[in-house]
Amino acid sequence: MRLLNKYIKKILFGLFLVVFTGIITFPFLWKFLMSIKPDSELYSIPIKWIPSSISFQRYVNILTTTSLPTYIKNSLIVATTTTLICIIIGSMAAYSLARLDIRGKKIILSLVLAISMFPAISIVSPLFLILRDFGLLNSYLGLIIPYTTFALPLTIFILTSFFRTIPFELEEAARVDGATYFQAFIKIILPLVTPGMFTTAILVFIRSWNEYLFALTFNMSDSMRTVPVGLTMFQGEFAVPWGDISAATIIVTIPLIIGVLIFQRRIISGLTAGSVKG
Amino acid sequence: MKINDLSERQLGYILIAPALIFIFGIAIFPVFRTIWISLHNIDLRIIHLGTPFVGLDNYIAIFQEARFWNALKNTLFFSFTSVSLEMFLGFGAALLVNRKFKGRSIVRASVLIPWAIPTVISGLIWRLLYNDQIGVINDIFLRLGFISESVSWIGNSSTAMWSVIVADVWKTTPFVTLLILAGLQTIPKELYESAKIDGANKWQEFINITLPLLKSSILVALLFRILAAFKVFGLIDVLTSGGPSNSTESLSLYAHRLLFRNLNFGEGSVVSVMTFLGVLLISFIFVKIFNVDLSRK
Repeated sequence: MRLLNKYIKKILFGLFLVVFTGIITFPFLWKFLMSIKPDSELYSIPIKWIPSSISFQRYVNILTTTSLPTYIKNSLIVATTTTLICIIIGSMAAYSLARLDIRGKKIILSLVLAISMFPAISIVSPLFLILRDFGLLNSYLGLIIPYTTFALPLTIFILTSFFRTIPFELEEAARVDGATYFQAFIKIILPLVTPGMFTTAILVFIRSWNEYLFALTFNMSDSMRTVPVGLTMFQGEFAVPWGDISAATIIVTIPLIIGVLIFQRRIISGLTAGSVKG
Repeated sequence: MKINDLSERQLGYILIAPALIFIFGIAIFPVFRTIWISLHNIDLRIIHLGTPFVGLDNYIAIFQEARFWNALKNTLFFSFTSVSLEMFLGFGAALLVNRKFKGRSIVRASVLIPWAIPTVISGLIWRLLYNDQIGVINDIFLRLGFISESVSWIGNSSTAMWSVIVADVWKTTPFVTLLILAGLQTIPKELYESAKIDGANKWQEFINITLPLLKSSILVALLFRILAAFKVFGLIDVLTSGGPSNSTESLSLYAHRLLFRNLNFGEGSVVSVMTFLGVLLISFIFVKIFNVDLSRK
């Protein structure tokens, strides 16, 4: 009886896992199915779950005849530059907060925390006017600057906690050996937090890649659109081209998913360091 | 003075300066600027007529606007419902998954997929699922006999908000699961073992050990989720554009429409300021009343 009970429990747990992962992955798998179905079956009613033939022609069309490659290029430039600037400025700030004797640390940290909660909408109107006055609408810089600002809190939090894990004796030893404070930072401590920087870089990159509100508002010309905004504009004039949208969605999410799978441990540790521990 | 001659404190200030410049220049200053704009009549279509100071006129105009209260109501309803569901489901899933089993890494990896997909793209995905002609949700429900004819889930004001909520729950529950799971794994196993020796059942273990020890990570996760939900923009913009008849319009969406469709910067900024105050109030409640210590390390 006990054995049977245990068996039933195991089956129920397995069932739960299947349903749980099924619900999580189904929408994405469905989108993939839509992208490879032949046109004739795309709009058939009732829906055909198993296509009679599959074709990857839509992927070729998307990459050769639409602006998607431009959107991808724009997103790559903006997200990569944001990540680089964020890591440089963020690790400087985090080092200062974690290991140097400066005044007002508490105030600065709460300020940084407050920024991480700022609703983007509350600053979008002045930023629009400022960027317009500087001629930075429809430019990469117009996105990189606000993205950096909003990714800085996350960067500073994660890196501060990484910097704190390194024994303080290291700097003291470096000082005894005649290194200046700056040299101790650059040559001794910074190389030790490379894993932390890498984790942070992944998170900042994904954030910047996915951002929508600023990208929609500041970069309106088609040639400067980023991926999320560009995809929503894929609407077609008369009918929604669901097959094409599906293919485009898959093209831009597959690299993200592969990246996430490769770096999942780092991402999870970064996420939990950034938000659970605050 | 060379960089190598700097004292510890001087170096500290120099290293933190760039971050502070960004934070003050691109976040703090613009918030005050938004407040300034909200006190002026700034309409980009008739900007040549000047931008006179109008005091609280824009605020009065917005407060008399039924659409503002509707957006506030929608935002609160969306935040409350979706975050409750996410916390409840995420907690449940975390408790279930918090053990060793075969395929654990697959489950954990699949959990990250909705998180990594851009919100807007998950909006596009769900718009297809909800479609009244080729949507698979209708197909499944018809086959199971839940409905007798196709429903236009996002084209109907009685179902649109729930459709948005379901899409948000799909996207965010896995993330909550992950955060709570991380919290669960910090609880020492010995606590449960000694509780077992004392004769505690599963429920007592949960109430006396799991909940109290998870309290702070739950509250932090809750705060982050509520704030994110309160700012919701992209998901709704893509799924329903706030429609039908504004039944899913959130505060952020309403502000954006006023600002960049009507080009009425004065009144739009009022809604921006109200959203900001909402976020401030929520954070204040959490920090003061629930004693969430966010700077804890």
